[in-house]
Amino acid sequence: MAISVMVFGQLTDWTGGNTVQVEGVADTDTLVRVLKEKYPGLAQVKFTVAVDRKTITTNTPVHPGTTIALMPPFSGG
Amino acid sequence: MSVSGIYERYQRQMILKGFGVTAQERLLRSRVLVIGAGGLGCPVLLYLGGAGLGEIGIVDDDRISIHNLHRQPIYTTAAVGRMKADAAAETIRALNPDIEVVSHAVRLTNAVCLELLPRYDYIVDCSDNFETRYMINDACVLLGRPLVSGAVSQYEGQVSIFNVPTRERPDPANYRDMFPEPPAAGEVLNCADAGVLGSLPGVIGSMMAGELVKLITGIGEPLVNRLLTYDMLQHRTYDVEISKQATPTSMPSTINDFLNTDYQWLCGWSAAVDEIDPGTFNRLLGDPGIMIVDVREWSEMPEVTEFDHVKHPLGLIGNLTASEGKHTVVFFCQSGKRSAEAVRNWKDAGGTIHKVYSLSGGILRWKAINDTAHV
Repeated sequence: MAISVMVFGQLTDWTGGNTVQVEGVADTDTLVRVLKEKYPGLAQVKFTVAVDRKTITTNTPVHPGTTIALMPPFSGG
Repeated sequence: MSVSGIYERYQRQMILKGFGVTAQERLLRSRVLVIGAGGLGCPVLLYLGGAGLGEIGIVDDDRISIHNLHRQPIYTTAAVGRMKADAAAETIRALNPDIEVVSHAVRLTNAVCLELLPRYDYIVDCSDNFETRYMINDACVLLGRPLVSGAVSQYEGQVSIFNVPTRERPDPANYRDMFPEPPAAGEVLNCADAGVLGSLPGVIGSMMAGELVKLITGIGEPLVNRLLTYDMLQHRTYDVEISKQATPTSMPSTINDFLNTDYQWLCGWSAAVDEIDPGTFNRLLGDPGIMIVDVREWSEMPEVTEFDHVKHPLGLIGNLTASEGKHTVVFFCQSGKRSAEAVRNWKDAGGTIHKVYSLSGGILRWKAINDTAHV
């Protein structure tokens, strides 16, 4: 079953939308690697990963139904 | 001031459940430093001034430009050219003469941080670049100052409160727990390069002012250790809890380390990039050996018709070759950030021309200066 990933800010320039689906991944490291292969632009930028509304500090298991968010820093003021 | 005097001005918030005279007195006793009097700073200053923050310091070394006004409505067209810190301070004093408003029309440097931040109880980051954001965060961590942070990008904004220890989390989150190391130069575009909808910083700045009032008065649940994202296009908010990260290597651990940290370098703005100012650029314009390259995306405004140039977006710099007879290349973009990156990319790619410059301040500054010169 696909895992839904929310994408924020200018990361959507690479993914083409603010939600993307990823199939067959069990943890965040794999998920990020798969996303970077699919959208190579993501490999060039920094972003923080949140799982179920909490930022992660290490590789974290994901399941169908887990909410993932990719959040880049904003600089504008 | 007497309670009745306080009540007259602030009654509409004092009658709120959980607010009252105690909360109002807390606001009136608080000193806040607002860094940046731009898109976020304007609403922050207006609402904090109105709410009765006892002392408000304003740091900004920028002057008001006509292209600021669509999102910085604290200023007027007649004030174009004035220092933002001075003009904003005047407006807030006129709004609320009962509070102290101090203008600091200086560039925020490491040393200025150490001089100004300890004088205030709360810091509000309304800055528009990563160098300043990381500098303010690190100073707030070292000096133990609560930091209300907000930022915008195109149609989205972020709001957080950092460095506030709680019983549950005595070691509070700071900006580097959310974003440990700065992005590379040119990786994230600022408002000048990416654009921003005028009312968006109004929304985010108003949220920041509200969060600070909540934090000071103890009402509600301020965004301590959390980052809220607001997407104006979808009208959607999303907030996450910020986990504690291992301390990043570039984070200074002492005041002395902080003073010696070069935040421009940390954020990729190497001094090795040669910039030319708009005046020098104008003098170069007549030289046929100069190749001028617009590294913005194809459709970006404003259009440049004043001088000959080629269009070559930053992402494609690897394919750029100098035309016959050229000895110097000048890159320009909107604000000077992407053109600095273009200089680096050109040099990394081993471009044959070695005199390569970035137009400092970008086409926006060039146009502003030339427009003024023609008046």
